[in-house]
Amino acid sequence: MFESLSDRLGAVVGKLRNRGRLSAADVDEILGEIRTALLEADVNVTVVRNVLARIREKAVGVDVSKALDPAQQVVKIVHAELIGLLGGEALKITYASQPPTVVLMAGLQGSGKTTSAAKLASWFKKQGRQPMLVGADLQRPAAVEQLRVLGSQIGVPVFSAPGDPVETARLGLEEARRLGRNVLVVDTAGRLAIDAEMMDQVRRISETVQPRYTFLVVDAMTGQDAVTVAEAFNATLSIDGVILSKLDGDARGGAALSVKEVIGKPIAFAATGEKLDAFEQFHPDRMAGRILGMGDMLSLIEQAEQVFEKEEAEKTAKKLVSGKFTLDDFLDQLQQLKKMGPVQNVLGMLPGVGAQLKGAEIGDDQVQRTEAIIRSMTPEERENPSIINGSRRTRIAKGSGTQVQDVNRLVKQFGEMQKMMKQFGGRLPPR
Amino acid sequence: MNDLWIYVAVAAAVLVVGGAVVVARRSRGGPAPSAPAAPVAPAPATIDAPAPVAAPPSFRDRLARARGVFASATTGVLRRSAIDQSTWHDLEEAMLRADLGVKVTTSLLDSLRDRVKRREITDPAALISALRVDMASRLAGADRSLGFDASRGTPNIWLMVGVNGAGKTTSLAKIAAQQIAQGRSVLMAAGDTFRAAAGEQLETWATRTGAAIVRGAEGADPSSVVFDGVQSAAARNIDLVLADTAGRLQTNTNLMDELRKVRRVAEKAAGAVTEVLLVIDATTGQNGLVQARQFAEATQVTGVVLTKLDGSAKGGIVFAIETELGIPVKLVGLGETVADLARFEPEEFVSALFDE
Repeated sequence: MFESLSDRLGAVVGKLRNRGRLSAADVDEILGEIRTALLEADVNVTVVRNVLARIREKAVGVDVSKALDPAQQVVKIVHAELIGLLGGEALKITYASQPPTVVLMAGLQGSGKTTSAAKLASWFKKQGRQPMLVGADLQRPAAVEQLRVLGSQIGVPVFSAPGDPVETARLGLEEARRLGRNVLVVDTAGRLAIDAEMMDQVRRISETVQPRYTFLVVDAMTGQDAVTVAEAFNATLSIDGVILSKLDGDARGGAALSVKEVIGKPIAFAATGEKLDAFEQFHPDRMAGRILGMGDMLSLIEQAEQVFEKEEAEKTAKKLVSGKFTLDDFLDQLQQLKKMGPVQNVLGMLPGVGAQLKGAEIGDDQVQRTEAIIRSMTPEERENPSIINGSRRTRIAKGSGTQVQDVNRLVKQFGEMQKMMKQFGGRLPPR
Repeated sequence: MNDLWIYVAVAAAVLVVGGAVVVARRSRGGPAPSAPAAPVAPAPATIDAPAPVAAPPSFRDRLARARGVFASATTGVLRRSAIDQSTWHDLEEAMLRADLGVKVTTSLLDSLRDRVKRREITDPAALISALRVDMASRLAGADRSLGFDASRGTPNIWLMVGVNGAGKTTSLAKIAAQQIAQGRSVLMAAGDTFRAAAGEQLETWATRTGAAIVRGAEGADPSSVVFDGVQSAAARNIDLVLADTAGRLQTNTNLMDELRKVRRVAEKAAGAVTEVLLVIDATTGQNGLVQARQFAEATQVTGVVLTKLDGSAKGGIVFAIETELGIPVKLVGLGETVADLARFEPEEFVSALFDE
């Protein structure tokens, strides 16, 4: 998504690596490159102008006094600025003392409201809440039907009633109270910010359900118009946060930066894939690190901590670097990895891995296949893969419903990994 | 050693990546959970009645609601008696705001700068009109007609492709209504078997427009649905098959492969694919060019449908798409009713950017 922006900044900074200090001319040159990068990332023109002004001030003011090399300085300044731009702290969700906590979804047509509504409901469910969905998009044919299907996939009840969207929302709120659901996510029809009648309708829905949170769903691919849209929706509804959708594409997502800067509301969530669990709270600081190519290490650590038992992990890690890591252990790790969410997303967060994965598609089915192969092995084979001969291979392939080549590949790759990990072990600092 | 678990994850990753090369297939996984769908809510009354297909609305009528970016810049430029630094600055910002992109903007302005240097252009008013002419000429000369050729077989097949939420299904419905109004018989093939209720959405449109429809089960292979649609159309002597496909991000190589297959299989039955229409949302920024490049590579896109141009977005990315990739914009979406789909007119498109 943001790779190209970090590539570009990387190129700019690379040029400076051989210089001593930042002269005003150096700063101008860097700023020119950064400007192009930000504009190509769809950051709004006005926002770009403001950011550049702030970076220039800091870059020229600080340079001579510091001992940092110029490259480090630029990274630091741009990083800090992007963090500021993206919103500082993550939005912390709190709940209404009088349930249900109502969340209203709004946005342009096709921005991803319905899918995001379901993902958000699923997220609330994971937080231990009892969410309910209301389908108040009575405009798009089958939008309510879509929400119902999604609702059944995530096990969240869906309410809707034909007729007037404002009335539907009101009835939905009543229904949630009656059923004792403590979070209510209201999906609304897509609308153009300049459609006065439709904007008035969503304002009336908002007045009726009194949302604790109103989220504007913004497509990560949005161009310069993101600012106009955000301003208009914010003026009508007083937006509390933004949900950035389709962040799994290769759009650089400058819209996120623009919207935050212009309406001053945080990016609350990001949707990072088509699966209904590809949805996470947005971490501005980490995103800024990602923009600069540092990888989203922090997010990964947090997700991992939720599922990995720490001691267990250290034991496994020791085994791994000492070469005693067996296919059984590997199977175990795969299970853990799976709990962290769609595999591709997890891997994408590792620094340096994202770019290499661009071509390769790693679906959860690949993980499943790998699992099937290992499960078709005997304990001895898992302990010592070198005993796997031709007939064993055929048996394993048959047992796992794969091809002999798949089995070969797995065994070979596992051997290579073991070798690689031993080398890792040599390089790691002692405990 | 606290961070060691990362290497464990990486280790797992290494093997999975390795294995993936051999066994990579689809990434959308197996069939959707087969939970029985709740009863369909009756279609709302809001836009129920089939809209009469009147003359397509003009650009001006629709776009006038939200112009101003170029208008205010040109006002500023014209207020000054000479062409100076602020003139270039104002124009550049206006062009960037319209999503023209850095490359197109720079190339347009550089050629104007040359002409100013050579004294071919000396005053602000001449500069503005030269820019208008240049912009329009970049879009001139393309064939924007929709490809229909009965001699290539019956039915002709038009395939709709694009990213999620661009407006494929709605555009398809509008095209169907207009083609039916022109006297052609139309069959819709519901090739979006992935998004929940996409088939229902299309079915609603089929009923409203009077088109035939072929649907597959949710999670079915889209190629087979399109193939069935084409066969069914051929058997019933229907002129035109409009094939919908699921939205997909161009970065998802498996899904792009799936789309290649749809394109290929569509011609296995009778008939020929005479249009592959890439649907792009006018709010799309610079990623639109990447989309066009990838989709064109996968499916030989023949034209662009620029949707949601009745909003505040300017759709400037089409300059890059047309000039860099040579893919013409054929249609523009200007509203929600089936009549709100118009032929793309470059002159009007550019004028609308400049006019008050």
